[in-house]
Amino acid sequence: MELGQMQGRLAEFTKSLYMEGILDAQFLQLQQLQDESNPDFVVEVVSLFFEDSEKLLNDIARALDQQSVDFKRVDAHVHQLKGSSASVGAQRVKNACVAFRNCCEEQNVEGCLRCLQQVKQEHYLVKNKLETLFRLEQQIVAAGGSVPMAEMTF
Amino acid sequence: MTVEDQKGGLAGEDVVRDCFPLGMRVLAVDDDPFCLKLLDTLLRKCQYRVTTTNQAVMALKMLRENKDKFDLVISDVNMPDMDGFKLLELVGLEMDLPVIMLSGHSDTQLVMKGVTHGACDYLLKPVRIEELKNIWQHVIRRKKFDSKDQKKSLNEDRALHGTGDSGQGFASTGNADQDDRLSRKRKEQNEDEEEEDEENEHEDDDASNQKKPRVVWSVELHRKFVAAVNQLGLEKAVPKKILDLMNVEGLTRENVASHLQKYRLYLKRISSVAAQQASMVAALGGKDSSYLRMGSLDGFGEFRSLAGSGRLPSSALSSYTPGGMFGRLNSPAGLTLHGITSSGLVQPTGQNLSSSINTLGKFQPALLPSNQSASLFQRIPTSLELNQLQQNKCTTWIGDFNPIKDSRGFTVTTSFSDSRVNVGNSPSLLPSHSSNSLVLRGNPHQAHNGGAFGSQSSLGVASLTADAFENCSGGPSNFLVHNQSNESWQGTVQSSSPHIGNSSIDFPSTSAVLAPLEDSRGDIQCHEGMIGSVIHNMNYPSNQNWEEQKQDYNHNLNHTVSALNSLVPANGIVNPLSQSLDQNTAISSKSFDESLIPQLHGGALSLDQNSEVERYALGTKMPNEDYLFEQTRSLDGITQNSFGSLDDIMNTLMKREQNQTMLCDGEFASDAYSLGSCI
Repeated sequence: MELGQMQGRLAEFTKSLYMEGILDAQFLQLQQLQDESNPDFVVEVVSLFFEDSEKLLNDIARALDQQSVDFKRVDAHVHQLKGSSASVGAQRVKNACVAFRNCCEEQNVEGCLRCLQQVKQEHYLVKNKLETLFRLEQQIVAAGGSVPMAEMTF
Repeated sequence: MTVEDQKGGLAGEDVVRDCFPLGMRVLAVDDDPFCLKLLDTLLRKCQYRVTTTNQAVMALKMLRENKDKFDLVISDVNMPDMDGFKLLELVGLEMDLPVIMLSGHSDTQLVMKGVTHGACDYLLKPVRIEELKNIWQHVIRRKKFDSKDQKKSLNEDRALHGTGDSGQGFASTGNADQDDRLSRKRKEQNEDEEEEDEENEHEDDDASNQKKPRVVWSVELHRKFVAAVNQLGLEKAVPKKILDLMNVEGLTRENVASHLQKYRLYLKRISSVAAQQASMVAALGGKDSSYLRMGSLDGFGEFRSLAGSGRLPSSALSSYTPGGMFGRLNSPAGLTLHGITSSGLVQPTGQNLSSSINTLGKFQPALLPSNQSASLFQRIPTSLELNQLQQNKCTTWIGDFNPIKDSRGFTVTTSFSDSRVNVGNSPSLLPSHSSNSLVLRGNPHQAHNGGAFGSQSSLGVASLTADAFENCSGGPSNFLVHNQSNESWQGTVQSSSPHIGNSSIDFPSTSAVLAPLEDSRGDIQCHEGMIGSVIHNMNYPSNQNWEEQKQDYNHNLNHTVSALNSLVPANGIVNPLSQSLDQNTAISSKSFDESLIPQLHGGALSLDQNSEVERYALGTKMPNEDYLFEQTRSLDGITQNSFGSLDDIMNTLMKREQNQTMLCDGEFASDAYSLGSCI
């Protein structure tokens, strides 16, 4: 594929992510932080985020599995997940976390399980999308091009 | 003169500041690794020099190692090992650095909490780089004030030193207060406060600035402050009066006011802990009159007022007082538990005041409405206040001075076990032996002495008393080993066996006391012991010359105190025993009962944090009457490194003010104070 085309694809793709609300301005900021001194910043940060969040999700699932659910704990985990997803710009994940916290407050196990599902889904989704994004970027770089700074045009 | 130096210093600082905000050194603390990394990157983008840690404990350690290493601290609110607000407070108190809070919550209450705890800013996650670009302003603001303060403080320091050495009541008290304060600060849970020493020494400056610059409340200063507050009574303490009492140049009313506010908060916090302790102590109480006398070093009588006023800030105390525990002590034992880290419960049970001073960190003045002079046990709250205190619970030193002949030896021990409540840190605290408040029964002449000790738990101090008394020869020197802290000196048993008359009790007890000390976390314990010993030393130098002894004692105390101060990490422990040993010969026999209850709390006698400064107010002031033996021993200082456990309750200031009768009679109040070592 030709470089120009690849770059075009990337731009489109990125834009769609923003449009769909999967990513938000925070991600953009992260991208802007990347520079020569920190060339893989975004990738690093994102990977770190996924590692972290997966662990959190497991913890949450486990906590909800208990006989007597410790909602405070679950809430704490969700709060943390919310914070990190907000920091990375994973907007939908963050929103799902907010809903999740409400369920925790109500101490509704069923509701929590459902919310957890939702969060997991969003998480999975954003993960895939970002992986695609990075792949595209890599291709461009491999082809000798440079990844354009994402511009928020909407 | 110093001014010039300061200028020079300032110039240096200015240069650094010129590059501001570039190169500003930031310490970032957040348990979430992702957020931490992100913060790190963002800060680097702003061209700051960043250090990160995901543990608050680690952060404190780093900060303590070198105060000047960082310009600013950013910390998350929710952290597993320590509450962000607590960290905030500690940093503010100890290092006086600007702290910015970070959180995902934007609750108004949380923000308010941040503000009241002294945060200079509160940011919401996700953090944006624009916001971080401006954080340097907080550093500049603070520095500006501080430098002014420094100038003043230098002057102040001079003045302070002058008075401090005299070890007279005030000065010493001041030191004690400061120690307390430090100890208060040290109340961090599991912190290794080794570096407290540094903090202690770092006396900062009293700001004599007119404008409200930031005043650094050094140990000394704080001690004075606490003494003044005690003297006035917490409820009645108004900044203006406190200011007058403290008599520190360059300190403004506003400084005092804000410090008072913080202090009150601290007391409130520990009072809840104290309450727990109190209940525990109450249970134990009942032993002979053992009351902790916490004589504040300087205030021979000042503390008394505390006791008298019955204002026990800590609820724990209240538990006692109502019981009238205090009241009774024959000797005016007013126990004011200062900063006993672990709820210093001072329970002056009827006669025995077992005060487990372990106030959790906050100063718990146990007021013993003792009839006569209440020896106030002043614990330097600093240690207590701070979490550290929690750990140490032990400050229960029960020094009972039984001025009245009976062997009052207060067996404080019992209370100690309770008092251990220390917050948390060392579970072992509770077991009476851990923090030990050594209750020394100082009734040498009384057979009780031996008995008095009984209550001593764990520290074995009890045994000391009995023995100590006998042998006390030159006990004091033994204690001075404060450095030895290892031994869990639980309570330096100050067997201040009343030398009265019989007394030839050389103060072996002190040495004995040392022995039982559990291994003190090291310094703290030592300190306590030291204090105790110092006190003892004074008294006991086998000569019956009280006068001399007293003087020596005072000296010793002073030295000890200073030594302790340094030892006591941060906790400002050991209130300089300044005191006054009134030389009344009669009094001298009084040997301070102050049981140094080195309450080494927490298994490891981690006195550090709690370092409640034990005030060792040895001043036996004998007001005309025989003497006031004030042995306020505030063993606060023993804050041990995070043992978390008990703070040394050592602050037992045992003040003995006993009316002469006691002393003279030899009955001397030095009753064996049973130091319950709460370990």
